[in-house]
Amino acid sequence: MISPAFAIPLSLALPIAGCFAIWLLDKQPNLREAATLITGALLFLLALIVFGAVGSGAQPGFILFEVIDGLPISFKAEPLGAMFGVIASGLWFVDSVYSIGYMRGNNEKHQTRFYMSFAVAISAAMGVAYAANLFTLFIFYEVLTLSTFPLVTHKGDEKAAKGGRIYLGVLMATSIGLLLPAIVWTYAITGTTEFTDGGIMAAHSEAVGPIAGVLLGLYAFGIGKAALMPVHPWLPNAMVAPTPVSAFLHAVAVVKAGVFSILKVAVYVFGIDFLRDTGASIPFMWIAAGSILLASAIAMHKDNLKARLAYSTVSQLSYVTLGAMLATSMGVMGGAMQIAAHALGKMTLFMCAGAIYTAHHKTLVSEMRGLGRVMPFTFGAFFLGAMSIIGLPPMAGSWPKFFLMLGAADAGQLAIIAVLMISSILNVIYLLSIPVQAFYMNPAVGDAKPQGAGGASIQWGALKEAPILTLAPPLFTATGAFLLFFFADPLYNYLSPLIGGQ
Amino acid sequence: MSIVAQLPVLPIVMPIMAAPITLLLPRGRAPHLWACLFTWLTFAACIALFREVAATGPISYALGDWAPPIGIEYRIDLANALVLLLVSGIASVVFPFAYRSVQLEVDQRQTPLFYGALLICMTGLLGVTITGDAFNVFVFLEISSLSTYALIAMGARRDRRALTAAFNYLVMGTIGATFFVIGIGLLYQSTGTLNMADLAQQLIGQDNRMVQAGFAFILVGMGLKLAMFPMHLWLPNAYTYAPSAVTAFLAATATKVAVYVIIRFFFSVFNFDFAFIGAAFTYVLLPLGLAGMFVASFVAVFQEDVKRMLAYSSVAQIGYMLLGLSFATVEGLTASLVHIFNHALMKAALFMAVACVVLRSGSHSIHAFAGLSKRMPVTTWAFIISGLSLIGVPLTVGFISKWYLLNAAFAAGHWYAGFLIVASSLIALAYIGRVAEVMLLKEPADDGKFVLPKEEAPLSMLVPMWILVAANIYFGVRTDLTGDIATRAAEALMMMAGGAP
Repeated sequence: MISPAFAIPLSLALPIAGCFAIWLLDKQPNLREAATLITGALLFLLALIVFGAVGSGAQPGFILFEVIDGLPISFKAEPLGAMFGVIASGLWFVDSVYSIGYMRGNNEKHQTRFYMSFAVAISAAMGVAYAANLFTLFIFYEVLTLSTFPLVTHKGDEKAAKGGRIYLGVLMATSIGLLLPAIVWTYAITGTTEFTDGGIMAAHSEAVGPIAGVLLGLYAFGIGKAALMPVHPWLPNAMVAPTPVSAFLHAVAVVKAGVFSILKVAVYVFGIDFLRDTGASIPFMWIAAGSILLASAIAMHKDNLKARLAYSTVSQLSYVTLGAMLATSMGVMGGAMQIAAHALGKMTLFMCAGAIYTAHHKTLVSEMRGLGRVMPFTFGAFFLGAMSIIGLPPMAGSWPKFFLMLGAADAGQLAIIAVLMISSILNVIYLLSIPVQAFYMNPAVGDAKPQGAGGASIQWGALKEAPILTLAPPLFTATGAFLLFFFADPLYNYLSPLIGGQ
Repeated sequence: MSIVAQLPVLPIVMPIMAAPITLLLPRGRAPHLWACLFTWLTFAACIALFREVAATGPISYALGDWAPPIGIEYRIDLANALVLLLVSGIASVVFPFAYRSVQLEVDQRQTPLFYGALLICMTGLLGVTITGDAFNVFVFLEISSLSTYALIAMGARRDRRALTAAFNYLVMGTIGATFFVIGIGLLYQSTGTLNMADLAQQLIGQDNRMVQAGFAFILVGMGLKLAMFPMHLWLPNAYTYAPSAVTAFLAATATKVAVYVIIRFFFSVFNFDFAFIGAAFTYVLLPLGLAGMFVASFVAVFQEDVKRMLAYSSVAQIGYMLLGLSFATVEGLTASLVHIFNHALMKAALFMAVACVVLRSGSHSIHAFAGLSKRMPVTTWAFIISGLSLIGVPLTVGFISKWYLLNAAFAAGHWYAGFLIVASSLIALAYIGRVAEVMLLKEPADDGKFVLPKEEAPLSMLVPMWILVAANIYFGVRTDLTGDIATRAAEALMMMAGGAP
């Protein structure tokens, strides 16, 4: 059995080894995809080993080497990181299965480069998950940005170039321009960047106190991957990527690395007690609340399904930021659970969007009326995913909303509860309307017969579903979002060290 | 008399003896191999010297056994041992790289002359660094400058504008050197000595007009040589029209050595007891460093010529070095020394990548870079990785530089400077990103204006280039050599200057 402390470096190295294997198997697509899947399965096992060890109270760690005096590249798994590691590696496997169906179904080019970049990206995501200090976190954060750039510009046309420019521009500008100075400033004041229980700022409250709000702002906007408005434009622009990229990276790995970093900074760098005492996080709580509502409002106007989902993601990510900025235990818990629940729900929605595109080449919501009758499984999964995002029981997404409301009540911010309620109503309007229209409305005139069904490989009577490899993964994650609802208590207990529980 | 005792003089004697012999060799490979051999020997001597200094402390060597302060003294401590290592190291990589590039860009009849001049240029730069005698600095400075003028002019085979660029640099460089020697003269007038250590002793308590004027002349003179904004006007043309290998060598070493001279004079000859030193930090180096960082970076964004773009970027990067030392703290000085080293690595690699493109497509216009990732992938990735280093992405030396600089800025309380540093890096993101996008995503124009490269650059160029790219990554994760040594060197310099350690 592999020891948890060894599983951490291994889970960083394994995808890199997988990347080389994919490169060597360039000419044999089946073996190449097998390499991806085997790497994914092994990585998931490693993440489970770490997850199990953290669950039994251990904090396995690993120090690579010291780069600058007092600044090592080091890793330490704690509950939040272990959970993120399991989500990222597990869903990477699911997404790899989906990618095979999607990339082949749509005859995409440069598939080897695609899978290679994916492997590097997942390695970087694992690095973010297990980072023991801000310095290490920043390194892997940047690697994640750069390794996903070839995926965003995959199509290589003018539109992809423009999207890629904004993607890289916003993410690099915020991370180098705001996050890096924030980290160095923290280091200059406290002499460390180590993630510490209770935060590192409290011991230096005299020096940090006057600038706590500024510093927190640098982190909140510097972590551009959290897509807090107004640094969100990279996310809608990343939608030029093939759908498996949007489904996994821009609903799970990249964006969750962002909000995960926000939570880590709030809990382990500032410490929620320090945030509450100084009140530094109040303005950012309102910015997050504004981001939730504004992004939902924009999403309502988007006819392109992926664009609508992207803005929905912007909105949902701000739930996590909001949880961190509430600076209460329940808020942090809600934010942490949102990472897990939203990952499953939003990935389902994106994979459904990809399945619809593969089978019927439709991208606009208005074209999807009546499509539910020929793709009942896809739209069924979409329906479940949408329910989870909205926060309706019995789906996993209901718990984070519940805890966030508790957190808002604890913090005495009743207006935030109203924000959460309005947001859920908006979600109902722009997400649930899609499967409802698909099932109950007739196709628009002149479009009576769903055309371009060439990609549909499952044709059974009136059914014209996407290939099985693009259909099974969303069904799987939708089921996951349903099951997670019943495991809220174990998850709460698992994450409780985050809020000072045992 | 063992050879080890003579070690300090070897990095100067070996190449300066070898250079005239280069001229006598037949055209073709011979001068190149001869020059390469001596850069390697010099590099080996510098490594030995560095190890010696790191282990046992500063070394003093009396040239010709004439005891200082009358005789010329070579004085090597950690600060200049690091710069010596850098100059000779870059030379030992750029010289082998140069052959194919020079074959194309320099008149065949001039090759013996070319390699001879390049060796002399290196010797001059090493001499400026190694010497502990103020007048000797001037002598070596002129040795390196004169050979540089000739080297730049040799770019005339491809573009006649190299001649005006060289002439322009000759005028500016001579003015700089004259100012410098006037400054030395004024100091000599008031102290009667030229030895730096002795000068430091004699200058104590002499805060008079003559010393102040001497200092001002030295600052302006060196400012011209190191292309301190706004005295940088010679640099973009000189770098653009010089043969590519010369640009790679000069960009990595010449301005760095001039920055080193500034550091040496500020901290070892003068000290913090002089009120004008503090004023020069606050009112000259800090604002000019910041202005250079922004103006030059901004100009770089709009260049159609990649070589010129990188040249402006060099002016901006010099701004970082000046900014670091203007904090007048150990952290700031460390950051400057680290960036001197790191910037040499990234800029040399970038200019070498451009040289590869010039070899295959005959142009350094940005349009010649279109679609290069498909035709010359190895060169493209070398450029991109070094470019990321220039921006300051983690796992590269650029990040280490940024970290030290930011830390110095915040620790010194200049937090606004911290934000200006990163803002300027973002402009670097814009100009490097622009080239990277053209290389990766743009299709080459089919108008026949630019030759489409048919093959990758030859191995003799790729290997040295990738050695530097690898160094960019290696020193981006291990800072034992750069960070630790620079910190020790900075502490020693601060002690000499009598500042707070």
